[in-house]
Amino acid sequence: MTPATTAPEVHVPDPAKRKLAVFIVLACTLLVAIAQYLIKLGANRLSHAGLLATTIGILTIPQLFAGYCLYAVFTALFVFALRHGELSVLYPLIALSYVWVTITAVVAFHEALNPYKIVGVLVIVCGVAVLGWGGGK
Amino acid sequence: MTTPVSSMVLVLVGSVIGSVGAIFLKSGAHAVNRHWTSIAFNWRLAVGIGAYLASSVLFVKGMSNGELSVLFPLVSLSYVCTLAWSRLFFNEAITKVKLAGVGLILVGITFLSLGSH
Repeated sequence: MTPATTAPEVHVPDPAKRKLAVFIVLACTLLVAIAQYLIKLGANRLSHAGLLATTIGILTIPQLFAGYCLYAVFTALFVFALRHGELSVLYPLIALSYVWVTITAVVAFHEALNPYKIVGVLVIVCGVAVLGWGGGK
Repeated sequence: MTTPVSSMVLVLVGSVIGSVGAIFLKSGAHAVNRHWTSIAFNWRLAVGIGAYLASSVLFVKGMSNGELSVLFPLVSLSYVCTLAWSRLFFNEAITKVKLAGVGLILVGITFLSLGSH
């Protein structure tokens, strides 16, 4: 878990800041989940649009615009986190957003819960915990 | 509702572009200091954000014709790409802990998508 000192981009590791980076990205996954939900809502209105119409749609469809604004906030926080942590740890942590999306679907939209989804959520949480625990040290 | 192959290709290409964008965001992040020009004239951050936007347009296009349950797992392949890029460009070790974490995440996302049918 010691970063190589040969790469000029890698800063001297600071355990406290590494933990902060992991925490920031985990908190950010809530933003990603909300953004993805909004983008999916808006994307349904673009099923036969071309690339240009899609770009215009992002600026004019409120759900798409709000979704991308949330992504902008997420990106700013993610860049801050990347200064203090490893990309190979922080990037996969974004997968926690799948868990929020599933919980939202079940709680807010009464989507049916089944054994596959329960196992999926638990296994993702385990994976994120392993990465966060191993990468935050 | 079925998911056309064209949607899968769009999402797949989008996720690879997104993971490449993450490389530029990471290297750009380290060039940021207290001076505002280090953000405004940071070409690496600009390329990273541009790649994210490009991948987002591909995601929107891809997800407008298909099921999230099929398309979500394809996005998660970018985590595997990122392990390789991080090793190549930042000398980050591919450890057993990271492989286990990413492996569990891929398995979990596959289960989620199976449960969505």
